[in-house]
Amino acid sequence: MMPGIKDILMILPEIVVAVAACVLLMVEFLCRKGERTIIGVFAILTASVAAAISLYLMTTDYMGGVAFSGMFILDGYSTMFKLIFYLATILSIVISFYYTREEGIKGGEYYTLMLFSLCGMMVMASGRDLLTIYIGLELMSLPVYVLTGFLDRDKRSVEGAMKYVILGGFSSGILLYGISIIYGVTGSTELTAIARAFGEAGGLTPVVGLAIVGLICGFGFKVAAVPFHAWTPDVYEGAPTPVTAFMSVGPKAAAFAIFLRVFTEGLLPVYEHWQVLVAVVAVATMFYGNIVAIVQTNIKRMLAYSSIGHAGYALLGLLPATNDGVASVIYYMFVYLFMNMGAFAVVVFMRRASQSGELIEDYRGLAKNHRALSLAMLVFMFSLAGIPPTAGFVGKFYIFMALVDKGMVELALIAVVASAVAAYFYIRVVLLMYMKEPVRTHLTAESFGVGLVIAVGIIGAIVLGVYPGYLIDLIQRVSALV
Amino acid sequence: MSWTELYNHHLLSIIIFLPLLGAVALLFMKNERLIRWWTLAFMVADFMLTTCLVFKFDSTTHRMQFVERYGWIERFNIDYYLGVDGISVLFVFLTGLVGWICVLASWTAIEKRVKEFMIALLVMQTAMIGVFCALDFFLFYVFWEIMLIPMYLIIGVWGGANRIYSAVKFFLYTLAGSILMLVGMIVLYFKAGGSFDIPYLMEQKYEFTLQAFLFILFFVAFAIKVPMFPFHTWLPDAHVEAPTAGSIILAGVLLKMGTYGFLRFSFPMLPDASLFFAKPVIVLSIIAIIYGGFLALAQEDMKKLIAYSSVSHMGFVTLGLFLFNKNGIEGGILQMFNHGITTSALFLCVGLIYERTRTRLLGHYGWAAKLVPWYAVFLFIFSLASLGFPGTNGFIGEFLILLGAYEEYKLYLVFLIIGIIVGAAYMLWMYQRVAFGKHHAEGGHEIKDVNLREVVAMVAFLVFVLWVGFHPVDFLNIVDDSVAHLISQVKGGELLTEAAVEAAH
Repeated sequence: MMPGIKDILMILPEIVVAVAACVLLMVEFLCRKGERTIIGVFAILTASVAAAISLYLMTTDYMGGVAFSGMFILDGYSTMFKLIFYLATILSIVISFYYTREEGIKGGEYYTLMLFSLCGMMVMASGRDLLTIYIGLELMSLPVYVLTGFLDRDKRSVEGAMKYVILGGFSSGILLYGISIIYGVTGSTELTAIARAFGEAGGLTPVVGLAIVGLICGFGFKVAAVPFHAWTPDVYEGAPTPVTAFMSVGPKAAAFAIFLRVFTEGLLPVYEHWQVLVAVVAVATMFYGNIVAIVQTNIKRMLAYSSIGHAGYALLGLLPATNDGVASVIYYMFVYLFMNMGAFAVVVFMRRASQSGELIEDYRGLAKNHRALSLAMLVFMFSLAGIPPTAGFVGKFYIFMALVDKGMVELALIAVVASAVAAYFYIRVVLLMYMKEPVRTHLTAESFGVGLVIAVGIIGAIVLGVYPGYLIDLIQRVSALV
Repeated sequence: MSWTELYNHHLLSIIIFLPLLGAVALLFMKNERLIRWWTLAFMVADFMLTTCLVFKFDSTTHRMQFVERYGWIERFNIDYYLGVDGISVLFVFLTGLVGWICVLASWTAIEKRVKEFMIALLVMQTAMIGVFCALDFFLFYVFWEIMLIPMYLIIGVWGGANRIYSAVKFFLYTLAGSILMLVGMIVLYFKAGGSFDIPYLMEQKYEFTLQAFLFILFFVAFAIKVPMFPFHTWLPDAHVEAPTAGSIILAGVLLKMGTYGFLRFSFPMLPDASLFFAKPVIVLSIIAIIYGGFLALAQEDMKKLIAYSSVSHMGFVTLGLFLFNKNGIEGGILQMFNHGITTSALFLCVGLIYERTRTRLLGHYGWAAKLVPWYAVFLFIFSLASLGFPGTNGFIGEFLILLGAYEEYKLYLVFLIIGIIVGAAYMLWMYQRVAFGKHHAEGGHEIKDVNLREVVAMVAFLVFVLWVGFHPVDFLNIVDDSVAHLISQVKGGELLTEAAVEAAH
């Protein structure tokens, strides 16, 4: 069947991003060396246009329809995730302007790679076929591998990229293996067909178990769940900070998008079989991430472990396999976008000349002379720790609600204990900033862009905490999966 | 909307958010003098509004008054829902009173980062009043948790030598308790059919096992806040290291939130479990009374002594509450109020003398009666109030609790009396070591007696020490109906219907 005009219209945002990325790659040669900011500006423009189209599509009849013989779906669920991706991309690019100048990163392909990755994420969110999802996943990952190694003078960056490529390739292999088994058992790679086949067959065969394990490995790797997390700290630490910010928010959310869709749509009939497995992974992830974060001395590494911990909470939202569970994860991703992007923007803001801004010690006594910056970091830290009135609290609250609604009180109790542990390393940063005397003068960026991203982060982290009703209703209304 | 309309229909919101408004405005100020006066003005205005609240309060009903209710998060049926009954209005008032005194107590004591400190105080005020006014469990929890942030900073930034350890301990301890409450709150929400509405939750019946489970979850949160033995270990650290205003807030208001939680949540919502667990809780209270008293007796540090006396006094309160009779609960509530007044006043006294001498060790004092006679007079009265001398507020509270205990089980009296005797011992001994020792001021430098600002702060406390001491009826009247209603909720709501309660008056 030839793709019709309807199919084209439905993937218009993806097309816009992909074409723009290709064009910008060529335009880059026309720019003078070192004058690549313009590429970034165009990348932002591209993402904005795609966002506008996505929002417009929400109002049309195409909503909820499938394209390309069911390979692709345009629904509220994917649109919500795409909004997260657009925002993540735009905000990361904005903080990149300053960072690339400070670090002397020259290549304009930096921004185009982000666009390619964005395109991959969008395909993932909209994929309704395991193959589409896989293609999206690779399209998202490959540019990020390259971006991780962009600081070619820094050994950590190269090492991180190397690790990421090898482990990533490995996990993709396992994922593909799982997908192939599912195809073997059900005769299809399309999620509804898989669900139907599982529903008819019923029961757990060892082969299905193997397939589930394969999928959990593959997806778990991308969301950085224990025990597939080992790459996270090194990659997060080594990558250029805006890239770390980008991948801790965008690709992670994308991985959750497919995790949720595949497990609650395709694998719902074998719910009992994956539920325990995911629960174990989620609990291990929360505790491992939050406990190991305590001993970190590098803030990027600490945020990496914190991001592992947060993946654990979000995975809990998968367990109820209800619409509320799904909505709670999406909400959590929105919240995480603002607070984590904000925290990384602060890290970028602290990157100046000889000051790496990456050591937690660099924040000692920051509040003395940089009140606004410290206050911002305080908001992000308390939000990550989940203290009201910040958004982080409402995010966790929503997930707990979804859990308890399905009677999973024990898991909610375990999760709150984990978040009490987590509070320690977040408040330690606040402690250093406010309660210690500075040992040297702090240098900070003089960049409007980075400041803007911090402001956006604060607004997001407060507004979603004080007035969460609107977004929750929106997500709840449009993103039913089950 | 006109001002009078605002005043008539949104009084609670104004009281809650006025300090926050002041805090936001402070962000843009530079002059420290202006900042201090500005904060004081907002706190005093807030206090005056709480006074108006008490005068407008109708004490002939147990119903919630000054109710405000607006949809907030409709998805979960969460409302912005405020209201006060006889129990909470008393503590709103106490918070209002303590607020401006804290500013006076920090006037010269806080020298660095004045602006941040005042912002923290104001935010704290908003959160504390919010806790007492919230009638939506979610809203309550939000206010309850917000308090952690400014308090963490107040202890950690402006505290003493060991402040960081204490701040972190305070934060984690309280957080650990309250997140357990969060889970309990969500469980309750679903069992009650999807509501966080506190009055509605009180009317529902829950099976006993659920009640017991929730009681334990809530108990940990509240017992840490009170703090009850064996959850009290954060308190001496936090109290001792906190700046004077921080100690006053902790002793004056924060500790009351634990017992307020029992009154607002555990008792009416989980009556069977509350009755079931009453005995163990009373045993813990007795341990707290005596153990806390003896710990206080052994302290060399004046602030630590008062901190441990708090453990002992709050033991009286929890014991009174868990007796579940009118005298016990009213005594407990009154004692909560009294403790808020006297212990705050004592911490203020410690703060004043510390500011002058930079030491809190009792062994370094001993000249107060000679060198600072007015100070010694105030300290004497507050010490007497703390040990429950007739004519002061402490006497009335303890007496009511004793009456309640007598009705319930006479043996309790033995322990209570031991507690009171130990209380008298440590307070009087402390006073003796401060006022009448042999020691003289080191280096022979002049130590100034209390100035006008300090007198104003202490007289404010003194008024209530004597008012409650001589005419407690004014305060008991406020809580009377609410307590009667509470008891009917706990002890067989069916037997004692609302009509019967009304008839009883």
